[in-house]
Amino acid sequence: MHMNNHASWFLVWKQGMALGAFLALAGYLWAVWAANRKHNKWPLYRSLFWMAGILCAAAAVTGPLAEMAHTDFAVHMLGHLLLGMLAPLLLVLSAPMTLLMRALDVKNARRLSAFLKGRYVRVIGDPFVAAVMNIGGLWLLYTTSLYEMMHHHPGLHALVHIHVFFAGYLFSAAMIYIDPVPHRRPFLYRGIIFVLALAGHGILSKYIYANPPDGVDPVQAETGAMLMYYGGDAVDLGLIILFCWQWYYSARPRRMVASSQQSGLM
Amino acid sequence: MQKNLSDAAIAHGTRNIWSGLLFGIGLVAFLDEALFHQLLHWHHFYDKSTTSIGLVSDGFFHAISWFATVGGLFLLADLRRRNAYWFMKWMAGVWIGAGGFQLYDGIIQHKLMRIHQIRYNVDIFPYDLTWNLLAAGMLAAGLLLMNRARRQSRKFGGGGDAHE
Repeated sequence: MHMNNHASWFLVWKQGMALGAFLALAGYLWAVWAANRKHNKWPLYRSLFWMAGILCAAAAVTGPLAEMAHTDFAVHMLGHLLLGMLAPLLLVLSAPMTLLMRALDVKNARRLSAFLKGRYVRVIGDPFVAAVMNIGGLWLLYTTSLYEMMHHHPGLHALVHIHVFFAGYLFSAAMIYIDPVPHRRPFLYRGIIFVLALAGHGILSKYIYANPPDGVDPVQAETGAMLMYYGGDAVDLGLIILFCWQWYYSARPRRMVASSQQSGLM
Repeated sequence: MQKNLSDAAIAHGTRNIWSGLLFGIGLVAFLDEALFHQLLHWHHFYDKSTTSIGLVSDGFFHAISWFATVGGLFLLADLRRRNAYWFMKWMAGVWIGAGGFQLYDGIIQHKLMRIHQIRYNVDIFPYDLTWNLLAAGMLAAGLLLMNRARRQSRKFGGGGDAHE
């Protein structure tokens, strides 16, 4: 009975996530259409980033990967790399807030802008807060009994995955600035937080290798931990390059400022 | 070697060292990973005798070196666009960074914190000796170059490391 309930709940979750992914794709395309009526043509590559990001996130929470993640920790980890790292990076690169601002009418755009400039976003958008939510959340998940509990409580399962996704997005958006950022933080501060977060991620990977979470087969834990370590490095390399590139652009000598004014960066 | 040292290079002496230092750390960490972990399989991902401080140190140095490789090269690009690249000083930074990190890895991380050994099931002493002698050699080469760069700057610019 319990098993049955659980299975049917998981089906609802997967279908809900598939629907969410569909709405996210449709919503972005609607916004592109609305924005193009008023502004210059929205770049195609941004739309492609959005689609790729939504597909990565969807792959982690619906379909065969989500199914296999229940019994195989390495697959679970692959899902987390997609949901919490690769998808957020791609979505940040699609500049969703800029697009939304263009698509909305003036009244609503002002509301959105006031929200983005507000205290709430200032606090959760701070690199330190975002990093603690992102990496701290992972430590909580893998070093306590939360990981095992998650598999028995559907609500917890949903909450953990939603947190991983949004914390990943917040972290990526706090490191590289694609959308307008009202409260910009210096490169040095962001860089230091970035290195600390990278270290926290790497240390946790090796910790999992040595101490599998409750209920995880040690062999799967080793594979999963190495996937987390090297896969995380791969995605982070992209984020590091973008971060340095933005520094390189902003630190350009004065005589180069005028000539690059029009071209912009990402 | 460089014949003419631009004023910009002398003004950005410190940045040349930083760029080289970061790249050197990144380079040696990359070689460590590619050569000893992936190709030779001598190093282990995790060693049961690793202390927790070793795990933390390893995590930090891995993160720093990953960042440093990219950051050091962007700094180099920045020096080039300012016509401020100073080969000798940059090279000094590379050797000091590479040697310093390898020495730390070889003595503190491998031996004191026991994160992993250079190789398993062999007499480890010759390996440790070679590893650390190479590291010390690189560090010495870096310091030597640094000294030469200082003399070079006296010859061309007269001043020391004026900041931007």
